[in-house]
Amino acid sequence: MDRRAFLQHAGSAAAAAAVAAPLAAAAPASTALFVDTNVSLYRWPTRRLWADDAGKLVAKLRRHGVSSAWTGNFEAALHTDMAGANARLADACARDGGGILRPFGSVNPTIPDWPEDLRRCHEVHRMPGLRLFPNYHGYTLDDPRFKELLERATERGLLVQIALSMEDDRSQNPVLQSAPVAVAPLPDVLAKLPGARVMLLNSFSRVIGGNHAMIRRLTEVSVAFELATLEGAAGVATLLNAVPGVRLTFGSHSPYYYFEAALLKLQESALSPGQLASVRHGWADSLLGPRPQSVPSPSTTRSDGRPAR
Amino acid sequence: MAALPGDGPHHMNRRDFLTASALAAASPFAGRAAAALDQSTGPAATAWEADELRKLGIWDVHCHVTTPGKTPPHRMEALIKIADRMGVERLCIMMSAPWHYEPTPEQFRRSNDDVLEILKHWNSRAFGFVYLNPKYITESLAELERCVADGPMIGIKLWVGWRCNRPELDPIVRRAAELNALILQHTWIKNRGQGNLPHESTPMELAQLSARHPGVPMVCGHTGGGDWALGIRAIRERPELHADLGGGDPVYGEVEMAVRELGASRVLYGSDVAGRSFASQLGRVLGAEISVADKRLILRENLRWLLRPALRRKGIDA
Repeated sequence: MDRRAFLQHAGSAAAAAAVAAPLAAAAPASTALFVDTNVSLYRWPTRRLWADDAGKLVAKLRRHGVSSAWTGNFEAALHTDMAGANARLADACARDGGGILRPFGSVNPTIPDWPEDLRRCHEVHRMPGLRLFPNYHGYTLDDPRFKELLERATERGLLVQIALSMEDDRSQNPVLQSAPVAVAPLPDVLAKLPGARVMLLNSFSRVIGGNHAMIRRLTEVSVAFELATLEGAAGVATLLNAVPGVRLTFGSHSPYYYFEAALLKLQESALSPGQLASVRHGWADSLLGPRPQSVPSPSTTRSDGRPAR
Repeated sequence: MAALPGDGPHHMNRRDFLTASALAAASPFAGRAAAALDQSTGPAATAWEADELRKLGIWDVHCHVTTPGKTPPHRMEALIKIADRMGVERLCIMMSAPWHYEPTPEQFRRSNDDVLEILKHWNSRAFGFVYLNPKYITESLAELERCVADGPMIGIKLWVGWRCNRPELDPIVRRAAELNALILQHTWIKNRGQGNLPHESTPMELAQLSARHPGVPMVCGHTGGGDWALGIRAIRERPELHADLGGGDPVYGEVEMAVRELGASRVLYGSDVAGRSFASQLGRVLGAEISVADKRLILRENLRWLLRPALRRKGIDA
């Protein structure tokens, strides 16, 4: 038997076995709370992803038991029309989100009239939080504009997600280079703004993955994390042991990453039921609650007092 | 073209191998791994989709024993406990800490001593790959004899000590072919190659080496890393080169492209633990939009086939 025949034979046998032995009984109960704090809609400019639309994304999340997914918009990293990107995101989550996609709009504090984008995210689209892309939008975390944005979001009770990276900076398209966000200024910023709620996305691996001292400092000022880029054998357990009290949530960075890559991290680490519940939904619930928060009716005026459109 | 691995004068032909494979698949791997996996069906059971894969007994081509522990065997014990949770049955281990970009002979010998010590205790679960630096070719060939020809190891690990297209590699490849030792060459493409370490190889350079040694199977470690789309293209025309999926971020598309461009038979699951997790690297295979049959080849059978000649030489039936 040559190699081709070997492969065909092996493939046929495996496929037959797979049909005969579906893994149905072990699926998690559909009522279990399971929050993915890091998913996105639409396309990333340099790669094809596994879900181009909300329908396919929702179907897979549901199949794996996800009950709520905090959803950003990839377009917001590079687009300038934030208002348009946020409106599309809100519409897609409402129309095709299957009741699990919760939209997180984006605000770029370096472009004109950004407070109006913030107001619309909160009042018009009723979003529970924001997702920021400082490295793509061109500011650092000690920039006064970032501090103002954080203050305004905090006044509105919005959770602020900061994407420290979106992809491995060593393999970016040469014309789209973007280094990870430097997080060092954040503890001092948050120390002066105790009511702020901040979560870091894609923060481990090559960003602050091995820097437990920094993770501790951020934990002390109530920063939350998600595990999409958390690496190392039994990496979840290692982090929970190294940084007691770390607010680690489940995040998959789908559909840029395979969803299963994050899901299996919950199996790789030996976690207590309490630890597992905290990662699956506990910390996320503490930040947003399991259901959409009440939000004010849209005001008739803009942030600067002029009539709203 | 020269023979592919396993085409040599073996007692078992491919048909027999397949029969044995089918039996192995029907009777999931014994011991703690299967038991541990059975007990942990909760948090991520749906990732496996098919029970066949969950109990397959995965072979991992790229592991480093850098888990905590006071001795190398203790570190291996810690890693095995984690592997058991993920259904990883066999681990190809290489390069004990501390790591050196350009190791001296003394340094790579010390590293290999640790792996040899681990193999004394864990030869039922681990396969050893000897770590060499072709910059020191005489010493590297001697170490190959010590650890593979006269020792229990079955493969060769080449990291970033010397560019793999250099002529110093040739005697190592020739001797590896004689010993049926599988070569795993680290490759990465950082910032289109501009960010690589001084002696860090690319898949393009590995393809050049392969062209000088047709028929000798090699593993393209990381397949170029994050820029795997370049790496896959670079090795596409060299049928002896196999793509190691491990070590990079679990970005969608790598597995699908590798299967499409190379064929599933040239794609290998590797994790690059303990720096990486088993989970993120397994997840990319399990989540890939390819057939269950192809996943089975990637997760186990391809590596089993590639290692079979070396294992037979050591009298190991696996």
